[in-house]
Amino acid sequence: MAELTALPAPVVTLKNVSLSHGRGGQGTPVLTGITLSLRRGEFVAVLGPSGAGKSTLLRIVMGLLKPGTGTVELSGTNGKGRRIAALVFQDAKLLPWRRVLGNVTFGLEGLGLSLAEREARARAALALVGLAEHAERWPRELSGGQRQRVGVARALTVDPDLLLMDEPFGALDAITRSDLQEELLRIWQQTGKTVLFVTHDIDEALLLADRVIVLGGKPATIRSDLVVGPRPRDRGDPRMAQLVLRLRALIAGDRAPPPDGWIASDI
Amino acid sequence: MNRPLLRWRQSGSAGRLLAGLAGLVLMFGIWQAAAEIGWLPDRLLPRPSSLPVAWIGEIEGGYWQAAVLDSLSHYTIGLLIGSLLGAALGICAGTLGWLDAGLGGIVRLLRPIPGLAWVPFAILWFGLGSAGAVFVIAISVFWINFYAAHAAVQAVDRDLLEVADAFGHGHFWGRVVKILLPASAPGLLAGFRTGLGQAWMSVVAAELFGVPGIGARMMQASSLLATDLVLIYMLTMALLYAMTDTVFVLIRRRVLAWQN
Repeated sequence: MAELTALPAPVVTLKNVSLSHGRGGQGTPVLTGITLSLRRGEFVAVLGPSGAGKSTLLRIVMGLLKPGTGTVELSGTNGKGRRIAALVFQDAKLLPWRRVLGNVTFGLEGLGLSLAEREARARAALALVGLAEHAERWPRELSGGQRQRVGVARALTVDPDLLLMDEPFGALDAITRSDLQEELLRIWQQTGKTVLFVTHDIDEALLLADRVIVLGGKPATIRSDLVVGPRPRDRGDPRMAQLVLRLRALIAGDRAPPPDGWIASDI
Repeated sequence: MNRPLLRWRQSGSAGRLLAGLAGLVLMFGIWQAAAEIGWLPDRLLPRPSSLPVAWIGEIEGGYWQAAVLDSLSHYTIGLLIGSLLGAALGICAGTLGWLDAGLGGIVRLLRPIPGLAWVPFAILWFGLGSAGAVFVIAISVFWINFYAAHAAVQAVDRDLLEVADAFGHGHFWGRVVKILLPASAPGLLAGFRTGLGQAWMSVVAAELFGVPGIGARMMQASSLLATDLVLIYMLTMALLYAMTDTVFVLIRRRVLAWQN
Protein backbone atom coordinates (compact mmCIF):
# COMPACT_ATOMS: atom_id res chain seq x y z
CA MET A 1 0.00 0.00 0.00
CA ALA A 2 2.89 2.34 0.71
CA GLU A 3 3.96 1.95 -2.90
CA LEU A 4 0.48 2.68 -4.23
CA THR A 5 0.22 6.02 -2.42
CA ALA A 6 3.38 7.16 -4.20
CA LEU A 7 1.70 6.72 -7.58
CA PRO A 8 0.16 9.75 -9.33
CA ALA A 9 -3.43 10.60 -8.47
CA PRO A 10 -6.21 9.10 -10.58
CA VAL A 11 -7.56 11.26 -13.42
CA VAL A 12 -10.73 9.26 -13.73
CA THR A 13 -12.41 6.79 -11.39
CA LEU A 14 -15.37 4.61 -12.28
CA LYS A 15 -17.17 2.85 -9.44
CA ASN A 16 -19.56 -0.01 -10.12
CA VAL A 17 -20.80 1.49 -13.37
CA SER A 18 -23.65 -0.24 -15.18
CA LEU A 19 -25.69 0.71 -18.20
CA SER A 20 -28.69 -0.72 -19.98
CA HIS A 21 -29.97 0.34 -23.36
CA GLY A 22 -33.61 1.12 -23.92
CA ARG A 23 -36.11 3.34 -22.18
CA GLY A 24 -35.11 4.40 -18.68
CA GLY A 25 -32.34 1.81 -18.62
CA GLN A 26 -34.90 -1.00 -18.47
CA GLY A 27 -33.70 -2.72 -21.66
CA THR A 28 -30.77 -4.99 -22.45
CA PRO A 29 -27.93 -4.59 -19.96
CA VAL A 30 -24.73 -3.62 -21.79
CA LEU A 31 -22.20 -3.02 -19.04
CA THR A 32 -22.28 -4.07 -15.45
CA GLY A 33 -20.09 -3.60 -12.36
CA ILE A 34 -17.32 -1.67 -14.09
CA THR A 35 -14.81 -0.36 -11.54
CA LEU A 36 -11.73 1.25 -12.94
CA SER A 37 -9.32 4.10 -12.41
CA LEU A 38 -6.67 5.70 -14.57
CA ARG A 39 -3.64 7.42 -13.08
CA ARG A 40 -2.22 10.59 -14.54
CA GLY A 41 -0.03 9.87 -17.54
CA GLU A 42 -1.18 6.30 -17.90
CA PHE A 43 -1.95 4.73 -21.28
CA VAL A 44 -4.76 2.20 -20.88
CA ALA A 45 -6.22 0.10 -23.67
CA VAL A 46 -9.73 -1.33 -23.49
CA LEU A 47 -9.80 -4.54 -25.48
CA GLY A 48 -12.77 -6.66 -26.41
CA PRO A 49 -14.75 -8.12 -29.28
CA SER A 50 -17.12 -5.98 -31.36
CA GLY A 51 -20.30 -5.15 -29.51
CA ALA A 52 -18.71 -5.72 -26.11
CA GLY A 53 -19.60 -2.23 -24.92
CA LYS A 54 -16.14 -0.67 -25.31
CA SER A 55 -17.40 2.42 -27.08
CA THR A 56 -20.27 2.67 -24.62
CA LEU A 57 -17.77 2.70 -21.76
CA LEU A 58 -15.83 5.47 -23.46
CA ARG A 59 -18.99 7.53 -23.91
CA ILE A 60 -19.84 7.12 -20.25
CA VAL A 61 -16.39 8.42 -19.27
CA MET A 62 -16.81 11.30 -21.75
CA GLY A 63 -20.17 12.17 -20.20
CA LEU A 64 -22.08 11.56 -23.45
CA LEU A 65 -23.99 8.72 -21.79
CA LYS A 66 -25.25 8.63 -18.23
CA PRO A 67 -24.53 5.39 -16.39
CA GLY A 68 -27.60 3.57 -15.07
CA THR A 69 -25.87 2.97 -11.75
CA GLY A 70 -22.47 3.79 -10.30
CA THR A 71 -20.37 6.93 -10.47
CA VAL A 72 -17.82 8.49 -12.79
CA GLU A 73 -15.40 10.95 -11.22
CA LEU A 74 -13.09 13.05 -13.30
CA SER A 75 -10.48 15.09 -11.50
CA GLY A 76 -9.93 18.39 -13.21
CA THR A 77 -12.18 21.06 -14.63
CA ASN A 78 -13.14 22.69 -17.87
CA GLY A 79 -11.48 26.06 -17.81
CA LYS A 80 -10.16 28.78 -20.02
CA GLY A 81 -8.97 27.02 -23.15
CA ARG A 82 -9.16 23.54 -21.70
CA ARG A 83 -11.53 20.64 -21.30
CA ILE A 84 -11.29 17.71 -18.89
CA ALA A 85 -11.72 15.11 -21.58
CA ALA A 86 -11.57 14.99 -25.37
CA LEU A 87 -12.64 12.25 -27.73
CA VAL A 88 -11.06 10.97 -30.94
CA PHE A 89 -13.75 9.29 -33.03
CA GLN A 90 -13.59 6.13 -35.06
CA ASP A 91 -13.77 7.68 -38.53
CA ALA A 92 -12.31 11.03 -37.46
CA LYS A 93 -15.76 12.63 -37.88
CA LEU A 94 -14.44 15.91 -39.18
CA LEU A 95 -16.92 18.60 -40.12
CA PRO A 96 -16.73 18.68 -43.94
CA TRP A 97 -17.71 22.36 -44.17
CA ARG A 98 -14.78 23.50 -42.06
CA ARG A 99 -11.19 23.64 -43.23
CA VAL A 100 -8.62 21.61 -41.30
CA LEU A 101 -7.83 24.60 -39.08
CA GLY A 102 -11.52 25.23 -38.41
CA ASN A 103 -12.00 21.61 -37.45
CA VAL A 104 -9.23 21.84 -34.90
CA THR A 105 -10.49 25.12 -33.41
CA PHE A 106 -13.98 23.58 -33.09
CA GLY A 107 -13.37 22.33 -29.55
CA LEU A 108 -11.78 25.62 -28.46
CA GLU A 109 -14.80 27.74 -29.33
CA GLY A 110 -16.69 28.90 -26.27
CA LEU A 111 -13.72 28.47 -23.94
CA GLY A 112 -12.94 32.16 -23.56
CA LEU A 113 -10.09 32.38 -26.07
CA SER A 114 -9.74 35.04 -28.74
CA LEU A 115 -9.78 34.02 -32.40
CA ALA A 116 -6.02 34.58 -32.64
CA GLU A 117 -5.37 32.45 -29.55
CA ARG A 118 -7.60 29.66 -30.89
CA GLU A 119 -5.82 29.64 -34.22
CA ALA A 120 -2.40 29.67 -32.63
CA ARG A 121 -3.36 26.73 -30.40
CA ALA A 122 -4.84 24.84 -33.35
CA ARG A 123 -1.74 25.41 -35.49
CA ALA A 124 0.45 24.14 -32.67
CA ALA A 125 -1.68 20.98 -32.41
CA LEU A 126 -1.53 20.49 -36.18
CA ALA A 127 2.25 20.83 -36.04
CA LEU A 128 2.31 18.18 -33.32
CA VAL A 129 0.54 15.70 -35.62
CA GLY A 130 2.65 16.72 -38.63
CA LEU A 131 -0.04 18.54 -40.58
CA ALA A 132 1.09 22.15 -40.14
CA GLU A 133 1.05 22.85 -43.87
CA HIS A 134 -2.43 21.37 -44.39
CA ALA A 135 -4.27 23.88 -42.18
CA GLU A 136 -6.15 25.53 -45.07
CA ARG A 137 -7.29 22.31 -46.75
CA TRP A 138 -10.77 20.83 -46.78
CA PRO A 139 -11.28 17.46 -45.08
CA ARG A 140 -12.26 15.87 -48.42
CA GLU A 141 -8.77 16.64 -49.71
CA LEU A 142 -7.09 14.55 -47.01
CA SER A 143 -6.29 10.84 -46.86
CA GLY A 144 -7.86 8.67 -44.19
CA GLY A 145 -4.70 8.80 -42.09
CA GLN A 146 -4.44 12.58 -42.38
CA ARG A 147 -8.07 12.95 -41.38
CA GLN A 148 -7.48 10.92 -38.27
CA ARG A 149 -4.42 13.06 -37.47
CA VAL A 150 -6.72 16.08 -37.61
CA GLY A 151 -9.07 14.23 -35.27
CA VAL A 152 -6.18 13.75 -32.84
CA ALA A 153 -5.16 17.40 -33.16
CA ARG A 154 -8.75 18.52 -32.50
CA ALA A 155 -8.73 16.52 -29.26
CA LEU A 156 -5.23 17.57 -28.18
CA THR A 157 -5.79 21.27 -28.78
CA VAL A 158 -8.19 21.54 -25.82
CA ASP A 159 -5.33 20.32 -23.59
CA PRO A 160 -7.46 17.57 -22.00
CA ASP A 161 -6.59 15.78 -18.79
CA LEU A 162 -7.93 12.66 -20.42
CA LEU A 163 -7.63 11.69 -24.07
CA LEU A 164 -10.28 9.18 -25.09
CA MET A 165 -9.79 7.29 -28.33
CA ASP A 166 -12.49 5.11 -29.91
CA GLU A 167 -10.82 2.60 -32.27
CA PRO A 168 -9.17 5.57 -33.96
CA PHE A 169 -7.01 3.57 -36.34
CA GLY A 170 -9.44 0.71 -37.00
CA ALA A 171 -10.45 1.87 -40.47
CA LEU A 172 -6.92 2.58 -41.74
CA ASP A 173 -4.65 0.41 -43.87
CA ALA A 174 -1.92 -1.51 -42.03
CA ILE A 175 0.96 0.80 -42.96
CA THR A 176 -0.87 4.00 -42.10
CA ARG A 177 -2.09 2.42 -38.87
CA SER A 178 1.44 1.48 -37.88
CA ASP A 179 2.67 5.02 -38.63
CA LEU A 180 -0.08 6.56 -36.56
CA GLN A 181 0.56 4.19 -33.65
CA GLU A 182 4.19 5.32 -33.57
CA GLU A 183 3.07 8.95 -33.80
CA LEU A 184 0.63 8.49 -30.98
CA LEU A 185 3.31 7.00 -28.73
CA ARG A 186 5.60 9.92 -29.52
CA ILE A 187 2.83 12.45 -28.80
CA TRP A 188 1.89 10.62 -25.59
CA GLN A 189 5.48 10.66 -24.37
CA GLN A 190 5.83 14.31 -25.39
CA THR A 191 2.60 15.55 -23.76
CA GLY A 192 2.22 13.14 -20.84
CA LYS A 193 -1.52 12.83 -21.45
CA THR A 194 -3.62 10.16 -19.80
CA VAL A 195 -5.05 8.01 -22.58
CA LEU A 196 -7.98 5.60 -22.65
CA PHE A 197 -7.77 3.76 -25.95
CA VAL A 198 -10.48 1.42 -27.21
CA THR A 199 -9.49 -1.25 -29.71
CA HIS A 200 -10.32 -4.80 -30.80
CA ASP A 201 -6.76 -5.34 -32.02
CA ILE A 202 -4.64 -7.26 -29.48
CA ASP A 203 -1.33 -6.29 -31.14
CA GLU A 204 -2.30 -2.64 -31.08
CA ALA A 205 -3.23 -2.78 -27.39
CA LEU A 206 0.06 -4.49 -26.50
CA LEU A 207 2.13 -2.09 -28.58
CA LEU A 208 0.61 1.05 -27.09
CA ALA A 209 -0.67 0.51 -23.58
CA ASP A 210 0.72 0.35 -20.05
CA ARG A 211 -2.35 -1.61 -19.05
CA VAL A 212 -4.81 -3.67 -21.02
CA ILE A 213 -8.38 -4.02 -19.77
CA VAL A 214 -10.33 -6.86 -21.33
CA LEU A 215 -14.09 -6.38 -21.60
CA GLY A 216 -16.31 -9.35 -22.33
CA GLY A 217 -19.56 -11.11 -21.66
CA LYS A 218 -23.19 -10.06 -21.94
CA PRO A 219 -23.55 -7.76 -20.13
CA ALA A 220 -19.87 -6.86 -20.34
CA THR A 221 -17.68 -6.94 -17.28
CA ILE A 222 -13.96 -6.38 -16.82
CA ARG A 223 -12.50 -9.83 -17.46
CA SER A 224 -8.96 -8.83 -16.79
CA ASP A 225 -6.82 -5.78 -16.06
CA LEU A 226 -3.23 -6.56 -17.04
CA VAL A 227 -0.08 -4.49 -16.71
CA VAL A 228 2.11 -4.90 -19.79
CA GLY A 229 5.90 -5.01 -19.45
CA PRO A 230 8.54 -2.37 -20.22
CA ARG A 231 8.91 -0.39 -23.44
CA PRO A 232 9.84 -0.36 -26.23
CA ARG A 233 7.69 -3.31 -27.14
CA ASP A 234 9.10 -5.92 -29.47
CA ARG A 235 6.64 -7.91 -31.54
CA GLY A 236 9.22 -10.72 -31.86
CA ASP A 237 9.55 -11.17 -28.08
CA PRO A 238 8.30 -14.66 -27.13
CA ARG A 239 6.73 -13.24 -23.97
CA MET A 240 4.71 -10.94 -26.21
CA ALA A 241 3.49 -13.95 -28.20
CA GLN A 242 2.53 -15.64 -24.92
CA LEU A 243 0.64 -12.54 -23.86
CA VAL A 244 -1.22 -12.45 -27.17
CA LEU A 245 -2.36 -16.03 -26.61
CA ARG A 246 -3.38 -15.18 -23.08
CA LEU A 247 -5.41 -12.17 -24.18
CA ARG A 248 -7.00 -14.14 -27.01
CA ALA A 249 -8.14 -16.73 -24.48
CA LEU A 250 -9.47 -13.98 -22.19
CA ILE A 251 -11.45 -12.41 -25.04
CA ALA A 252 -12.80 -15.83 -25.93
CA GLY A 253 -14.01 -16.14 -22.34
CA ASP A 254 -11.35 -18.33 -20.71
CA ARG A 255 -10.91 -17.29 -17.10
CA ALA A 256 -7.71 -19.23 -16.39
CA PRO A 257 -5.15 -17.34 -14.26
CA PRO A 258 -2.41 -15.52 -16.19
CA PRO A 259 0.99 -17.18 -16.56
CA ASP A 260 3.68 -16.05 -14.11
CA GLY A 261 6.53 -13.76 -14.97
CA TRP A 262 6.34 -10.94 -17.41
CA ILE A 263 2.72 -9.95 -16.76
CA ALA A 264 2.89 -8.25 -13.41
CA SER A 265 -0.54 -9.17 -12.11
CA ASP A 266 -4.25 -8.62 -12.28
CA ILE A 267 -4.81 -5.32 -10.50
CA MET B 1 -20.96 16.53 -63.27
CA ASN B 2 -24.29 15.24 -64.55
CA ARG B 3 -23.76 12.33 -66.87
CA PRO B 4 -26.28 12.38 -69.72
CA LEU B 5 -28.55 9.35 -70.02
CA LEU B 6 -27.68 8.90 -73.66
CA ARG B 7 -24.04 9.51 -74.36
CA TRP B 8 -23.65 12.41 -76.76
CA ARG B 9 -20.45 14.36 -76.60
CA GLN B 10 -18.62 15.62 -73.54
CA SER B 11 -18.18 19.35 -73.84
CA GLY B 12 -16.79 21.96 -71.48
CA SER B 13 -18.82 24.76 -69.91
CA ALA B 14 -17.84 27.13 -72.75
CA GLY B 15 -19.10 24.57 -75.24
CA ARG B 16 -22.38 24.21 -73.36
CA LEU B 17 -22.84 27.97 -73.29
CA LEU B 18 -22.25 28.22 -77.04
CA ALA B 19 -24.64 25.34 -77.74
CA GLY B 20 -27.29 27.02 -75.58
CA LEU B 21 -26.89 30.31 -77.44
CA ALA B 22 -27.02 28.49 -80.77
CA GLY B 23 -30.29 26.84 -79.72
CA LEU B 24 -31.79 30.23 -78.86
CA VAL B 25 -30.67 31.78 -82.15
CA LEU B 26 -32.14 28.80 -84.01
CA MET B 27 -35.47 29.13 -82.19
CA PHE B 28 -35.79 32.85 -83.00
CA GLY B 29 -34.61 32.16 -86.54
CA ILE B 30 -37.28 29.53 -87.22
CA TRP B 31 -39.89 31.73 -85.59
CA GLN B 32 -38.91 34.69 -87.78
CA ALA B 33 -38.74 32.52 -90.91
CA ALA B 34 -42.19 31.07 -90.24
CA ALA B 35 -43.55 34.62 -90.03
CA GLU B 36 -41.76 35.69 -93.25
CA ILE B 37 -43.12 32.70 -95.21
CA GLY B 38 -46.60 33.46 -93.92
CA TRP B 39 -47.15 30.31 -91.87
CA LEU B 40 -47.36 32.30 -88.66
CA PRO B 41 -49.67 35.34 -88.85
CA ASP B 42 -48.64 38.26 -86.64
CA ARG B 43 -52.06 38.31 -84.96
CA LEU B 44 -51.33 34.87 -83.54
CA LEU B 45 -47.69 35.48 -82.64
CA PRO B 46 -45.76 38.71 -83.34
CA ARG B 47 -42.51 38.12 -85.20
CA PRO B 48 -39.23 38.59 -83.27
CA SER B 49 -38.10 41.48 -85.46
CA SER B 50 -41.08 43.50 -84.30
CA LEU B 51 -40.13 43.23 -80.65
CA PRO B 52 -37.18 45.67 -80.29
CA VAL B 53 -39.29 48.61 -81.53
CA ALA B 54 -42.07 47.79 -79.10
CA TRP B 55 -39.51 47.27 -76.31
CA ILE B 56 -37.88 50.65 -76.93
CA GLY B 57 -41.31 52.22 -76.89
CA GLU B 58 -42.07 50.70 -73.49
CA ILE B 59 -38.76 51.94 -72.12
CA GLU B 60 -39.18 55.44 -73.53
CA GLY B 61 -42.63 55.63 -71.94
CA GLY B 62 -41.08 54.62 -68.62
CA TYR B 63 -43.55 51.73 -68.25
CA TRP B 64 -40.93 49.01 -68.49
CA GLN B 65 -38.61 50.39 -65.80
CA ALA B 66 -41.51 51.03 -63.42
CA ALA B 67 -42.94 47.54 -63.94
CA VAL B 68 -39.54 45.86 -63.45
CA LEU B 69 -38.80 47.84 -60.29
CA ASP B 70 -42.23 47.12 -58.79
CA SER B 71 -42.02 43.42 -59.60
CA LEU B 72 -38.45 43.15 -58.35
CA SER B 73 -39.44 44.57 -55.00
CA HIS B 74 -42.45 42.20 -54.70
CA TYR B 75 -40.25 39.35 -55.81
CA THR B 76 -37.36 40.04 -53.45
CA ILE B 77 -39.43 40.69 -50.35
CA GLY B 78 -41.84 37.81 -50.99
CA LEU B 79 -39.03 35.41 -51.80
CA LEU B 80 -37.05 36.30 -48.68
CA ILE B 81 -40.03 36.17 -46.31
CA GLY B 82 -41.40 32.93 -47.76
CA SER B 83 -38.01 31.22 -47.92
CA LEU B 84 -36.88 32.22 -44.44
CA LEU B 85 -40.17 31.27 -42.78
CA GLY B 86 -40.44 28.03 -44.79
CA ALA B 87 -36.85 27.01 -44.04
CA ALA B 88 -37.18 27.94 -40.36
CA LEU B 89 -40.36 25.91 -39.91
CA GLY B 90 -38.88 23.05 -41.96
CA ILE B 91 -35.78 22.98 -39.76
CA CYS B 92 -37.88 22.98 -36.59
CA ALA B 93 -40.21 20.25 -37.89
CA GLY B 94 -37.25 18.16 -39.07
CA THR B 95 -35.59 18.49 -35.68
CA LEU B 96 -38.48 18.27 -33.23
CA GLY B 97 -40.49 15.06 -33.52
CA TRP B 98 -43.55 16.39 -31.69
CA LEU B 99 -43.76 19.44 -33.94
CA ASP B 100 -43.38 17.25 -37.03
CA ALA B 101 -46.23 15.02 -35.87
CA GLY B 102 -48.39 17.98 -34.94
CA LEU B 103 -47.85 19.71 -38.28
CA GLY B 104 -48.50 16.56 -40.31
CA GLY B 105 -52.21 17.19 -40.89
CA ILE B 106 -51.87 20.93 -41.43
CA VAL B 107 -49.10 20.42 -43.98
CA ARG B 108 -51.18 17.91 -45.96
CA LEU B 109 -54.15 20.29 -45.95
CA LEU B 110 -52.32 23.45 -47.03
CA ARG B 111 -49.55 22.07 -49.22
CA PRO B 112 -51.56 21.44 -52.44
CA ILE B 113 -53.18 24.89 -52.49
CA PRO B 114 -51.50 27.01 -55.21
CA GLY B 115 -50.44 30.57 -54.48
CA LEU B 116 -53.03 31.86 -56.98
CA ALA B 117 -55.87 30.48 -54.86
CA TRP B 118 -54.84 32.81 -52.05
CA VAL B 119 -55.36 35.93 -54.18
CA PRO B 120 -58.89 36.71 -52.90
CA PHE B 121 -57.67 36.46 -49.34
CA ALA B 122 -54.57 38.48 -50.14
CA ILE B 123 -56.89 41.26 -51.36
CA LEU B 124 -59.10 40.92 -48.29
CA TRP B 125 -56.27 40.86 -45.78
CA PHE B 126 -53.76 43.19 -47.37
CA GLY B 127 -55.77 45.23 -49.85
CA LEU B 128 -54.89 45.91 -53.47
CA GLY B 129 -51.27 46.74 -52.79
CA SER B 130 -47.75 45.46 -52.65
CA ALA B 131 -48.32 43.61 -49.38
CA GLY B 132 -50.89 41.37 -51.05
CA ALA B 133 -48.53 40.56 -53.92
CA VAL B 134 -45.70 39.85 -51.48
CA PHE B 135 -48.00 37.52 -49.54
CA VAL B 136 -48.90 35.47 -52.63
CA ILE B 137 -45.24 35.14 -53.67
CA ALA B 138 -44.16 34.23 -50.14
CA ILE B 139 -46.80 31.49 -49.91
CA SER B 140 -45.71 30.03 -53.23
CA VAL B 141 -42.09 29.55 -52.08
CA PHE B 142 -42.90 28.72 -48.47
CA TRP B 143 -43.65 25.03 -48.98
CA ILE B 144 -40.75 24.43 -51.34
CA ASN B 145 -38.37 25.68 -48.67
CA PHE B 146 -40.25 23.90 -45.90
CA TYR B 147 -39.84 20.51 -47.55
CA ALA B 148 -36.25 21.14 -48.62
CA ALA B 149 -35.25 22.18 -45.10
CA HIS B 150 -37.16 19.31 -43.52
CA ALA B 151 -35.40 16.75 -45.70
CA ALA B 152 -32.00 18.43 -45.34
CA VAL B 153 -32.15 18.48 -41.55
CA GLN B 154 -33.29 14.87 -41.36
CA ALA B 155 -30.36 13.80 -43.53
CA VAL B 156 -27.75 15.37 -41.22
CA ASP B 157 -25.23 12.79 -40.00
CA ARG B 158 -26.24 12.15 -36.36
CA ASP B 159 -22.63 11.31 -35.51
CA LEU B 160 -21.73 14.95 -36.13
CA LEU B 161 -24.15 15.94 -33.39
CA GLU B 162 -22.16 13.67 -31.08
CA VAL B 163 -19.01 15.53 -32.12
CA ALA B 164 -20.75 18.75 -31.05
CA ASP B 165 -21.70 17.14 -27.72
CA ALA B 166 -18.15 15.94 -27.14
CA PHE B 167 -16.61 19.35 -27.76
CA GLY B 168 -18.90 21.47 -25.63
CA HIS B 169 -21.45 22.48 -28.28
CA GLY B 170 -24.16 20.04 -27.21
CA HIS B 171 -26.64 22.70 -26.11
CA PHE B 172 -29.53 23.60 -28.45
CA TRP B 173 -27.94 26.62 -30.15
CA GLY B 174 -24.55 24.96 -30.46
CA ARG B 175 -26.10 22.03 -32.26
CA VAL B 176 -28.20 24.27 -34.53
CA VAL B 177 -25.55 26.86 -35.41
CA LYS B 178 -22.43 24.68 -35.49
CA ILE B 179 -23.85 21.47 -36.96
CA LEU B 180 -27.43 21.51 -38.26
CA LEU B 181 -27.29 24.71 -40.33
CA PRO B 182 -23.94 24.16 -42.04
CA ALA B 183 -24.60 20.45 -42.55
CA SER B 184 -27.98 21.09 -44.16
CA ALA B 185 -26.83 24.14 -46.15
CA PRO B 186 -26.67 22.23 -49.48
CA GLY B 187 -30.30 21.11 -49.12
CA LEU B 188 -31.45 24.52 -47.88
CA LEU B 189 -29.83 26.26 -50.83
CA ALA B 190 -31.29 23.74 -53.29
CA GLY B 191 -34.75 24.55 -51.94
CA PHE B 192 -34.06 28.27 -52.12
CA ARG B 193 -32.98 27.92 -55.75
CA THR B 194 -36.19 26.11 -56.71
CA GLY B 195 -38.09 28.93 -55.02
CA LEU B 196 -36.07 31.45 -57.01
CA GLY B 197 -37.78 30.24 -60.20
CA GLN B 198 -41.15 29.57 -58.60
CA ALA B 199 -41.30 33.11 -57.23
CA TRP B 200 -41.00 34.65 -60.73
CA MET B 201 -43.91 32.50 -61.87
CA SER B 202 -45.91 33.72 -58.90
CA VAL B 203 -45.14 37.37 -59.64
CA VAL B 204 -47.61 37.23 -62.52
CA ALA B 205 -50.29 35.62 -60.38
CA ALA B 206 -49.64 38.06 -57.54
CA GLU B 207 -50.02 41.09 -59.79
CA LEU B 208 -53.00 39.78 -61.77
CA PHE B 209 -55.45 41.58 -59.58
CA GLY B 210 -54.04 44.98 -60.35
CA VAL B 211 -50.98 45.53 -58.17
CA PRO B 212 -48.56 47.42 -60.46
CA GLY B 213 -45.69 45.38 -61.89
CA ILE B 214 -44.80 43.12 -64.79
CA GLY B 215 -47.85 40.91 -64.27
CA ALA B 216 -50.24 43.83 -64.22
CA ARG B 217 -48.63 45.35 -67.32
CA MET B 218 -48.99 41.98 -69.10
CA MET B 219 -52.67 41.86 -68.19
CA GLN B 220 -53.23 45.38 -69.52
CA ALA B 221 -51.40 44.53 -72.74
CA SER B 222 -53.31 41.30 -73.26
CA SER B 223 -56.68 42.97 -72.73
CA LEU B 224 -55.70 45.35 -75.57
CA LEU B 225 -54.41 42.36 -77.64
CA ALA B 226 -50.96 44.01 -77.62
CA THR B 227 -49.33 40.60 -77.88
CA ASP B 228 -45.93 42.10 -78.68
CA LEU B 229 -45.92 43.77 -75.25
CA VAL B 230 -46.94 40.49 -73.61
CA LEU B 231 -43.98 38.83 -75.30
CA ILE B 232 -41.63 41.61 -74.20
CA TYR B 233 -42.59 41.12 -70.57
CA MET B 234 -42.33 37.34 -70.91
CA LEU B 235 -38.78 37.81 -72.17
CA THR B 236 -38.07 40.36 -69.45
CA MET B 237 -39.09 37.87 -66.81
CA ALA B 238 -36.95 35.18 -68.36
CA LEU B 239 -33.96 37.53 -68.35
CA LEU B 240 -34.56 38.55 -64.74
CA TYR B 241 -34.79 34.90 -63.73
CA ALA B 242 -31.58 34.07 -65.59
CA MET B 243 -29.85 36.93 -63.78
CA THR B 244 -31.05 36.03 -60.30
CA ASP B 245 -30.23 32.37 -60.84
CA THR B 246 -26.74 33.17 -62.12
CA VAL B 247 -26.03 35.42 -59.16
CA PHE B 248 -27.33 32.74 -56.84
CA VAL B 249 -25.16 30.03 -58.37
CA LEU B 250 -22.09 32.24 -57.89
CA ILE B 251 -22.97 32.81 -54.25
CA ARG B 252 -23.68 29.12 -53.69
CA ARG B 253 -20.33 28.18 -55.17
CA ARG B 254 -18.65 30.29 -52.51
CA VAL B 255 -20.83 29.12 -49.63
CA LEU B 256 -20.48 25.44 -50.55
CA ALA B 257 -16.81 25.59 -51.53
CA TRP B 258 -16.24 22.68 -49.13
CA GLN B 259 -18.27 20.35 -51.32
CA ASN B 260 -16.53 20.24 -54.70
